[in-house]
Amino acid sequence: MTGSWTRFNIVSIVAGFAFLYLPIVLLVVYSFNESKLVTVWAGFSTKWYFELFNNRGLLDAAWVTARVALVSATVATVLGTLAALALTRYTRFRGRVLFSGMVFAPLVMPEVITGLSLLLLFVAIGFDRGFMTVTLAHITFSMCFVAVVVQSRLLTFDRSLEEAAMDLGAPPVKTFFAITLPVIMPAIVSGWMLAFTLSLDDLVIASFTSGPGATTLPMKIYSQVRLGVTPEINAVCTILIAIVTVGVIAASVLNKRREVQRRRDAQAAMRV
Amino acid sequence: MKSLGSIRRSFAPWADASAKPYISFENITKKFGDFIAVDNLSLEIFEREFFALLGASGCGKSTLLRMLAGFEAPTSGRILLDGQDLAGIPPYRRPVNMMFQSYALFPHMSVEHNIAFGLKQDGMPKADIERRVDEMLKLVKLEQFAKRKPHQLSGGQRQRVALARSVAKRPKVLLLDEPLGALDKKLREETQFELVDLQHDLGLTFIVVTHDQEEAMTMADRIAILDKGEVVQVATPAEIYEAPGSRFVADFVGTVNLIEGELKERENGVARIEDGQGLTILTEDAGDAAAGDRVWFAIRPEKLKVSAAEPDRTDSNAAEGEIYDIAYLGDMTVFHIRLDDGRIVKASTMNSARVSQELLTWHDRAWISFRPDAGVVLTR
Repeated sequence: MTGSWTRFNIVSIVAGFAFLYLPIVLLVVYSFNESKLVTVWAGFSTKWYFELFNNRGLLDAAWVTARVALVSATVATVLGTLAALALTRYTRFRGRVLFSGMVFAPLVMPEVITGLSLLLLFVAIGFDRGFMTVTLAHITFSMCFVAVVVQSRLLTFDRSLEEAAMDLGAPPVKTFFAITLPVIMPAIVSGWMLAFTLSLDDLVIASFTSGPGATTLPMKIYSQVRLGVTPEINAVCTILIAIVTVGVIAASVLNKRREVQRRRDAQAAMRV
Repeated sequence: MKSLGSIRRSFAPWADASAKPYISFENITKKFGDFIAVDNLSLEIFEREFFALLGASGCGKSTLLRMLAGFEAPTSGRILLDGQDLAGIPPYRRPVNMMFQSYALFPHMSVEHNIAFGLKQDGMPKADIERRVDEMLKLVKLEQFAKRKPHQLSGGQRQRVALARSVAKRPKVLLLDEPLGALDKKLREETQFELVDLQHDLGLTFIVVTHDQEEAMTMADRIAILDKGEVVQVATPAEIYEAPGSRFVADFVGTVNLIEGELKERENGVARIEDGQGLTILTEDAGDAAAGDRVWFAIRPEKLKVSAAEPDRTDSNAAEGEIYDIAYLGDMTVFHIRLDDGRIVKASTMNSARVSQELLTWHDRAWISFRPDAGVVLTR
């Protein structure tokens, strides 16, 4: 591709990136502000980061969020994978279309409705709201995302791999663990990461289903911001951004490296 | 039928009335919904035979193979292997192994682990597995590729890994589903002979499914030709080619000229066929056709002699026409000749000399002639 840097190109790129990243850059810059006022720059300082580590409320909330995300992503991955398997493998049972529709409905369901209906359910059965209820709610809505990711992998899965394993003497369960699972593992891992991220940044559903002692980080940030933004919040957000950025970059570097390796292998194979 | 002496065979259990078949398909029918893939088919295959199931796609040949492997259950009928009914035995307990068309190599395992997979399922001791894997790698000449993953191999190498994996367990029967389908022509021809040698060395029974008639002719001891879920003919390659049982077989395997006519009389072992347009054919092999029957005279292009001058007609059939098309294929030349009655016949001539003796060219007048034992009479 040959492109010249016309004035129009430069302007549109700057405008586009500014639109995407200016808010984030501001947030990061002001996390290093000396002043307590978020809008007035008073010199560089890292004191809000130290303050942050003394803020029990925020640290507790972060810990709750991490636990909820870990547990719900893991359970949702198991359930979502099973759902994907059932829907791709047993294509001839009665009401299959209805079932697959129902599994994927939460994808388009407004979060408010999911949250409210779960709240009503927990109240109706007298389930005390807390860590358990948030986790259950997160499993419910992230499971379908896992199912979508895994199902799309299974649709291109070569069934003759499983037949070959059985032909060579492996019973069905052994075949699943020795062949199917390792082959679709990358999809399962991305499903897990998706579920983990969804749980990490969910505010709406958590607000409905959480209770005392189980405040998640997004909820905590949101409630603090309503009392006025402090640079502490900026610091928390900067840390979160750093974690996400490192994760994304690491994943793409790994991917890239694997791709390069694969291409090199393919070329080596052709030469022989 | 007259015996065909072209290839003498020492291995021919199917001709021995006391020989017991190793695999029997008995009245097998397989339906997928309303579609009948296999229709009341019976077939017997003998131990150590290299057997080919040949047919166009959708003829039921792969379904037959998959039923033997245990991936599909017949709707009715039964399959016997060495006297044992296979009904209800899952694929992982059958003494057969299959080589898949897509090879189905496990992408996350190295070549040696792919080959060892089946042996591990049998609980073979580790040292024995290693020895067997080494043996298999040597057999398919892939020793230096043991640690590679399938995606690091070329198509031909993958094919050999798939082969090694499927024979590693020394199955009683090896099923091969279009084993050479994904290879290019040159490699395919080499591999055909390698497969035959391998089958001979290991002493296994091979059943190969293919749509490529040349492949089946080259490799198989016997060929079953399938059409619409039924067996049309089972015979050796030479019999299939020289004595096809029907027009379908004659046309499916190789090229053939079919001349429709009426059998007028049979006398002293010679039958006279007239096509009603002035062509009279005298032939020795008229099968079970009787005088008055509607028949098709089938003759292969290489059995027609092409000449510019009128041939001696005392001992052969002849007809005159005009050269309509010529295809030079290197080893031979195929002439398309329009006979004076408008019929087009194909005749091929081996190019045994570098320069053709008779320089026949487009629109020349030419004669075709053939001996009375050159063709066969078909009634179906």
